Amino acid sequence: MSVAADGVAVSLARRLGAFSLDVAFTTGPGLTALFGRSGSGKTSVIGLMAGLGRPDRGRIAIGDEVLLDTARGIDVPVHRRRIATVFQEARLLPHLTVRGNLGYGRFFARRRPGPAVSTGTVVEMLGIGHLLERRPAGLSGGERQRVAIGRALLAKPRLLLMDEPLAALDEARKAEILPYIERLRDEAGVPIVYVSHAVAEVARLAGTVVVLEEGRVAAAGPAGLILRRADLLPAHAGEAGALLDMVVAAQDPAGGLTHLSGAAGPLVVPHLARPPGARVRVRVPARDVLVATQAPAGLSARNVLPGRIAALDARGPAVMVEIDCNGVTLAARLTGASVLALGLAPGLPVFAVIKSVAFDPTEVGSRAVEI
Amino acid sequence: MPGLTPDEWTAVALSLRVASVGMLASLLPGLAVAWLLARRDFPGRALLDGLVHLPLILPPVVTGYLLLLAFGRKGILGGWLSEIGIVFAFRWTGAALACAVMGFPLMVRAMRLSIEAVDRGLEQAAASLGAPPLAVFLTVTLPLSLPGILAGAVLAFAKAMGEFGATITFVSNIPGETQTLPSAIYTLTQVPGGEGGALRLTLISVGLSMGALLASEWLARRVGRRLAA
Repeated sequence: MSVAADGVAVSLARRLGAFSLDVAFTTGPGLTALFGRSGSGKTSVIGLMAGLGRPDRGRIAIGDEVLLDTARGIDVPVHRRRIATVFQEARLLPHLTVRGNLGYGRFFARRRPGPAVSTGTVVEMLGIGHLLERRPAGLSGGERQRVAIGRALLAKPRLLLMDEPLAALDEARKAEILPYIERLRDEAGVPIVYVSHAVAEVARLAGTVVVLEEGRVAAAGPAGLILRRADLLPAHAGEAGALLDMVVAAQDPAGGLTHLSGAAGPLVVPHLARPPGARVRVRVPARDVLVATQAPAGLSARNVLPGRIAALDARGPAVMVEIDCNGVTLAARLTGASVLALGLAPGLPVFAVIKSVAFDPTEVGSRAVEI
Repeated sequence: MPGLTPDEWTAVALSLRVASVGMLASLLPGLAVAWLLARRDFPGRALLDGLVHLPLILPPVVTGYLLLLAFGRKGILGGWLSEIGIVFAFRWTGAALACAVMGFPLMVRAMRLSIEAVDRGLEQAAASLGAPPLAVFLTVTLPLSLPGILAGAVLAFAKAMGEFGATITFVSNIPGETQTLPSAIYTLTQVPGGEGGALRLTLISVGLSMGALLASEWLARRVGRRLAA
C-alpha cells in the first residue's frame, strides 16, 4: 500500500465473540471520518489504532514507521505510538487542574522529536484560557472536550484520533465545539481520524470518508463523493446529498440572507455569520433538490442552478439523480414516477431547484483550505 | 499517661513501634500485589490471591508456627538471613514481621478494591498521552486510589496493634523485646493483682484503635474532597 508522507495505512482483523472486524483503509492529511452506525466497529478500530487492544492480525503504519505488524511481531506500546486520542467522555484527570491536564501531555512529549507545540497557541486556539485553574469536575461538557483536545495536541501526536467527541453533548454544545475542530483540522497540521455516526458532522468536517458497516469497510473516498451516494450510506440514505465548496459573496442583513458563490452557481442561504470572502462548505441534501426541465418562473425557491444530468441510479422507489452543474455534482432524490414523467436521461439539460431554508446554518462548515 | 508502670509504658511503646514498622514495611509489597491482582491477568493469579488471604483464614497460631519454621534461627530462610545480619526470631523485628503478615490480607484487600475502582479509561488516556506504565501508576492510579490505600494502611496498623496469636507463637512474650500490648494484657490477666494494669492497657488499646479508625476516615474524606473539588 503506498501512502502519502504522513498518511496512515491501517489493516486490522479481530474476532470478538460473534462480531468480526476486518478492515483496511488509508488516510491522507486533514480529517478522515470513520462513519457508520453504532456497532459497526468504529470504536474498535480507534482502540486498536491507539494500541489499547491487540488485533488477531493487522498492520498499522504512519508514513514509513510501522506501529503494528502482527506478521513481523511488531507492536509498539500505546505510550510510544504518538497517537493521541480524544475520547467521547473527555477522560480528563480529575485530580489535576485544566493546566495540569494540559501539562500532562506536554510533559511526556518533551523529548519527542518535532517542533514544540506552545501551550499558549493551543489555549488560544481552543479558547480555554479562562479555565486553566479550574478542575475538570467544574467544567461543562463542551469545555471538557476542548481541554481534552488541547491536551492531546500538546502531546505532539503524529495522528489524532477523535472518538465521537461530540456524541455526549447537546446541540448547542456541538455547535460551540465544531468551529474549534475546524480550526484544529486547518491549523494544527496533524492528521485526524474522526469517528462519527452523524452525517452533518462528517459533511462539515471530513475530507475523506471511510464507511464502516458490520465490521467491514463498505466504502471509502472523498467526502463529497461518498456523502451524495445514497447507495453507499444504506443507514442514512435519506440524508445523502452533495457537498458544495462556496465563498461568501455578500450579506443581506435586511432579508436575513447570505449570498454564496461557487462553481455550481450562486446560492442564497439563511444568514451565516461569516465575513465576505470566507470559504464555506454547504451540504445540499438530495431530498431537498427539485429537478425542472425548463427554467422555472414564478417560483418561491431562490436557488436555481442549471446543469446536465450525469447519472441516474434507481434504488427501490427512489431514484438518485446526479446533476453536473458546471463541473460540480449535485444529487437529487426523486421518485421513479417523476423521472419517467419528465423523461430524465443522462445528458439532458435540467435546472436544480433548492429552497433556501434547506440549508441548515449550523451545519455549514468553514474551511481554510480545500479539504 | 498517669498510672502506667514503666513496664506497661514499654509495652505500649513497643506495640506502636512494631505496628508502625510492620505496616510501613508491607506498604510497597502490599501496593504491588494489590495492583497485580487488580490490573493484571497472569498464570498463578488465583494462587497469589489465595496465598495473600491465607493468614486471614488460618489459625494465627499456625501462621506464627509457619513463620517460626521459616524464619526461626534454624529455619529455612532464618539461617541464611542471620548470616547477613537479619534476625527475626525472638526479636521485636520478628513481631513486626508477624504483624505485617497478619495485616497483609486486610491491606491488600482495601488497596485492591480502590485500585479496581479507578476508571481504566483514565489510565488509557494517560498512556495515549505518552505516559509509560509506571508513570501511569504513579500519576493516575495511585493518587486516585489514595483514600483506599490509606484506609488499607490504617487497617493493617490497627490489626498489628491487636495481633496476638502469631506474634506470641513466633517470637514469644519477652518483656521489652516482644511483649506487645496484647501480650502484656494477657500476661497481666494471668498474674494475681494484674487486673488494674490489664484494664489500663485495655483502655489504651481501645483508644489507639479508635484513633486509627478516625484518622483513616478523616484522611479518606480529605483526599476525597480534594479529588472532587
